[in-house]
Amino acid sequence: MELTNENVLGKIISEFGEENIWDAMNPDGIMTITTNRETIHKLVKYLRDDKELQISFLTTMCGIHYPGQGEKEMCMMYQKHSLRHNYRIRIKVYMPASDPVLPTLTDLYATANWMEREAFDFYGFKFIGHPNLTRILNIEEMEYHPMLKQYPLEDQTREDKINTYFGR
Amino acid sequence: MATENKTAELTDIEQFRKDHGLAIKEERPLTTLNLGPTHPATHGIFQNILQMDGEVIVDAVPTIGYIHRAFEKIAERRPFYQITPLTDRMNYCSSPINNMGYHMTVEKLLGISVPKRAQYIRVIMMELARISDHLICNSILGVDSGAFTGFLYVMQEREHIYDIYEEVCGARLTTNMGRIGGMERDLSPKALHMIDEFLKRFPKVWAEFEKMLTRNRIFIDRTTDVGAISAERALSYGFTGPNLRATGVDYDVRVMNPYSSYEDFEFEIPVGSKGDTYDRFLVRNEEVWQSLKIIEQAYKNLPEGSYHADAPHYYLPPKQAVYTSMEALIYHFKIVMGEVDAPVGEVYHSVEGGNGELGFYLISDGGRTPYRLHFRRPCFIYYQAYTEMIKGGQLADAILTLSSLNVIAGELDA
Repeated sequence: MELTNENVLGKIISEFGEENIWDAMNPDGIMTITTNRETIHKLVKYLRDDKELQISFLTTMCGIHYPGQGEKEMCMMYQKHSLRHNYRIRIKVYMPASDPVLPTLTDLYATANWMEREAFDFYGFKFIGHPNLTRILNIEEMEYHPMLKQYPLEDQTREDKINTYFGR
Repeated sequence: MATENKTAELTDIEQFRKDHGLAIKEERPLTTLNLGPTHPATHGIFQNILQMDGEVIVDAVPTIGYIHRAFEKIAERRPFYQITPLTDRMNYCSSPINNMGYHMTVEKLLGISVPKRAQYIRVIMMELARISDHLICNSILGVDSGAFTGFLYVMQEREHIYDIYEEVCGARLTTNMGRIGGMERDLSPKALHMIDEFLKRFPKVWAEFEKMLTRNRIFIDRTTDVGAISAERALSYGFTGPNLRATGVDYDVRVMNPYSSYEDFEFEIPVGSKGDTYDRFLVRNEEVWQSLKIIEQAYKNLPEGSYHADAPHYYLPPKQAVYTSMEALIYHFKIVMGEVDAPVGEVYHSVEGGNGELGFYLISDGGRTPYRLHFRRPCFIYYQAYTEMIKGGQLADAILTLSSLNVIAGELDA
């Protein structure tokens, strides 16, 4: 079966229902769909194991922060690739900033381990079932998640830099 | 509190082992050995806390982040051109590939199509970068197994590649030679001559280097079945590039999703079978030959025409034009001051870096900077498999496994 956006979307919707898959779009040739936290683990597993789709390679995942968006403030992006059909798909999960909790994918993919640690480190996503959810690139002593938009580039906790000396 | 000082705890080894779920053997105590953070054999700043039972590695805890420079955060505050120097500093062994990959991502967002000549020049530069990346990796693998000569011998050739970079763009290591929409300048007659010279001289050098190691009894004994990984595990770990191809999977971005006219060139994808250190060495060796083939074709068939797209709003004009033309000066000013907005959009573009699929995921909200830029860095993805690959082996094997994985700290931490 040749994978096209239409028939992949059709298959996914018939499997998981329209209430779980929405906002399908195609910004750069890669189909992007939105799903919820209950479905994401099952969806990734389904894409991996389905004999027809075989979208089995987890290319990347990363967090995105949209401040002031309420229920859609935090976003987790997953991108998968079918090496057999050369077909890419992008899956997004939105959630409020007060509750950034997701199921882990480490039981499906070994590579999800560090990617999830990176998302936790940068954005504070919590992955239920992750074996070792600690910071990976930043120091353990850090008390905030630096990629959130409320932290501008400069280190707000430092007092030894005086703005007037740096032309700010 | 999450702010406890972890390094202080390290004095209590038993507690550390318990915290990290490390194996405790009752009959005799395990030795804890710090490999790195700075050690000549780790090729960068990262630490491995090894649990050794005699000479055998029982477990390992990798720690990274020592040169984390927050590139993804910095990129959110910089206009599109000013992100190029960040990409240079990721995989600094093959910075042109990173530059071009990033520029192609932005071109995809802006909808700019690049003329053929610029695409061919990019291919030449990217393949030169791949050669320089592979020759560093393979020659240092030789050093780690005790053969220093090859390293010195091919390092001279890397100098020649850097001379070509210098002639093309003025810089040697952090190249910045591309522009959004093409190249900064055309290849000069001298640069073309240097590429020609390189194509004539380098095959002999590489054949000799291959001869030194490929059938070397000591080298084969040191690398066969060392750090092996199966194709299935490698795919689960997200391997791409030479490390995946060494396990027998022929995934190459240049073939599967051709960019920058790669579909015009004839080349093969070398694959291994066992996924061990020797296979990775052979795959990289063969890839150098294939890269030479690509450069030769691109050099011979270099099309006439412009070396950049006609996109004055986004293409940063060459310095000479800025000095002599009013239009170029205005656009130069506007682009450098970041007054040019990008359209709203979301793109993913990937190139075959020296190490594998180097991807750029860019979200633009219509402003002068990316809203979010995520780098899919192959080294970051490989290195987590390192623990699994060295378990049960000896310390000396761990060194060879690390250097054959070609983990580059700049790309690992970004």
